[in-house]
Amino acid sequence: MNLERKARVLIAKPGLDGHDRGVKIIARAYRDAGFEVIYTGVHQTPEQIVNAAIQEDVDLVGLSCLSGAHLYLFSEVMRQLRERGADDITVIGGGIIPKEDVPKLREAGMKEVFLPGTSLAQIITWTRENIKLK
Amino acid sequence: MKLLNRVLKGDVRAAAQLIRSLEDDVPEAVAELKDVYLHTGQAYIVGIAGAPGAGKSTILESLIDIFRKGNMKIGVVAIDPTSPLSGGAILGDRLRMQRQGADEDVFIRSLASRGWKGGLSKATMNTVHVLDAMGKDIIFVEAVGSGQGEVDFARIADTSIVTLIPGLGDEIQMMKAGIMEMADIFVINKAEREGSDNLRMSLEAMLSMTPHQPNTWQPNILLTEAILNKGTEQLAKVILRHKDFLISSNKIEKCRRRRAELELTAAIESTLHHHLETMSGCLLVKLIDDLVLRKTDPKSAALKVINLPEQK
Ligand SMILES: Nc1nc2c(ncn2[C@@H]2O[C@H](COP(=O)(O)OP(=O)(O)OP(=O)(O)O)[C@@H](O)[C@H]2O)c(=O)[nH]1
Ligand SMILES: [Mg+2]
Repeated sequence: MNLERKARVLIAKPGLDGHDRGVKIIARAYRDAGFEVIYTGVHQTPEQIVNAAIQEDVDLVGLSCLSGAHLYLFSEVMRQLRERGADDITVIGGGIIPKEDVPKLREAGMKEVFLPGTSLAQIITWTRENIKLK
Repeated sequence: MKLLNRVLKGDVRAAAQLIRSLEDDVPEAVAELKDVYLHTGQAYIVGIAGAPGAGKSTILESLIDIFRKGNMKIGVVAIDPTSPLSGGAILGDRLRMQRQGADEDVFIRSLASRGWKGGLSKATMNTVHVLDAMGKDIIFVEAVGSGQGEVDFARIADTSIVTLIPGLGDEIQMMKAGIMEMADIFVINKAEREGSDNLRMSLEAMLSMTPHQPNTWQPNILLTEAILNKGTEQLAKVILRHKDFLISSNKIEKCRRRRAELELTAAIESTLHHHLETMSGCLLVKLIDDLVLRKTDPKSAALKVINLPEQK
């Protein structure tokens, strides 16, 4: 990891459910670990998320979904990133996601999906090891 | 292709990457800046400042909608504070500007202050330049939500907006130096709250203490409820009126010079700083020796380092 460059991450929550406690906790954890966190909150459309990721030139997008619509929403974010030539951005996901959906999300291009019970420290460590700072 | 060529064609990804690399002082990007600069100077720059949570971002969301109806291309540079403890930051201004989240002609960029003083960040002007080169007509710069002393937003802006809310202070705050002196437009946001009329009256009283000179701009006071888009149409009109005033009185030239001056001094400072950090250790050690032995004094030693003749 190139230490000269500051890591930037986008934390967003696509879809209709409005619980933002979890994403706020994640955003703070990244901040406390020295990341610059663009926090766009809840009710994001995939298009808004992709636009924000590109304009903010982030290294990583963290998506959260509790509503059960993750397969559609996450895949749609991945599709639009690809369409706009921005699929070099690392995307991870979390929330209430059944284990059997993980392979499908990976196939859609997500680098990692964190299941309930993952600690904040694990997520931060994973991020440090896996994002490529240009 | 160089990033700049793509930026000039309006390529969002290229612009975002150039902004990022400039912020991180990547040498190739810094080299491109020379050419970027030649393509700037067209955009109109509006600065907005005020206490944390006064509603700056919400006001911008509403203003952007209004200017988009006039088909103007918009850039936003929004600065939030860097944590002095971790070096990280939560950049949350974008959260308030959701309506434009899918509009191709609105480019919003969040920056962390990274310890920069004055309410902006070191990368602010370069970000403005890239957006300018991209063809944005208006660029809004939202300063870190702050107190009274951070006035750089007004030094880089053509039109400076100071956002106030009822209930934070009294007449004494109005008399204090700082951002209150910098406003072309005062906005009293959250005007539905108790105290907004009192606030307006104290502001008017403050402004009436400076006698109105002919051919100068008399700051306006506007009441808004940004969250309901109330009063922001009027604010947009006044911004355009101020712009017309600057152009017709040729005071816009003064804004450009002020901006150039701020950039020049910042560039000199950072160049010196860089010079100092990369300077051969030997010279520093030698000068420190000389200081300890009282062969020289700090000021003379400093002049020697930056290669200036001793002052008489
Ligand atoms: N009651 C009321 N609330 C408002 C109004 N305008 C904005 N708000 C709310 O005030 C809060 C802060 O608004 P922001 O736009 O984020 O304020 P800001 O000045 O950009 O804040 P910082 O960037 O953190 O300094 C949000 O919860 C807004 O919804 C208003 O006219 N009335
Ligand atoms: Mg804000």
